[in-house]
Amino acid sequence: MNQAVTESVPELVELRIPARPEWVALARLAAATVANRMRFSIEDIEDVKLAVAEACTAVIQHEGHGEFIVLACAALTDALRVRVYDAGRHGMPAEGRGMNFDEARIAGLGVFLIRTLMDEVRYDVHPQLGTDLLMVKRLPDLST
Amino acid sequence: MNVREAPGDCYVVDLSGEIDVYTSPKVKDAIGELIDRGVYNLVINLQKVRYIDSTGLGVLIGCLKRVREHGGSVNLVCTNPQIRKIFDITGLVKIFGIFEAEDVAMKALV
Repeated sequence: MNQAVTESVPELVELRIPARPEWVALARLAAATVANRMRFSIEDIEDVKLAVAEACTAVIQHEGHGEFIVLACAALTDALRVRVYDAGRHGMPAEGRGMNFDEARIAGLGVFLIRTLMDEVRYDVHPQLGTDLLMVKRLPDLST
Repeated sequence: MNVREAPGDCYVVDLSGEIDVYTSPKVKDAIGELIDRGVYNLVINLQKVRYIDSTGLGVLIGCLKRVREHGGSVNLVCTNPQIRKIFDITGLVKIFGIFEAEDVAMKALV
């Protein structure tokens, strides 16, 4: 009975890091560790690592982002669900300092990579609330 | 990161480790300095790179754009399938010359 309950509840791993470039590697490593425990292939783990890093980078590159990045990984029976969003006090967007054309193009490349590497992606950007990315990587169905 | 002068007015830049949002500004500055000195033909060796993200790709694209303004070029050396996959899915294989051996990448510059 207890075992059945345990199996149906997703295992949750949460990490809160300062929203600064030097901490992105830790988020990447944490997501990779969860994916590894779920027995994703090495290639899929690399996909998850890159998608999480791109999500953290999207948060950091958003003007006036929060003080922290929250990474929440839910190990479901058939998939890994990852949410990346910013939290804490938000800064004020600097006057007239938007992304230049090249920066915007690279940011677009990051979002393209996330959408390509993950099976489901929901990406919300709010001028005041910041960035919120929900991504799902499904485990391959080995029964077929 | 290591920079080597190679035959034929060409430089080889060896990158290693992880090229991400934290490390890519350092790579951008170092390659930018080379271009400022008038080095427009580059081979960037990614064989020891374990990981690269869009910010790293951005540095390479920016570098290619700058040297092309002076008639130069950038070729990459890449044998890691995971890194190669990122160039494939982003379509960057069409704008960079990507080679498995450094000497071939150097010869292809001229």
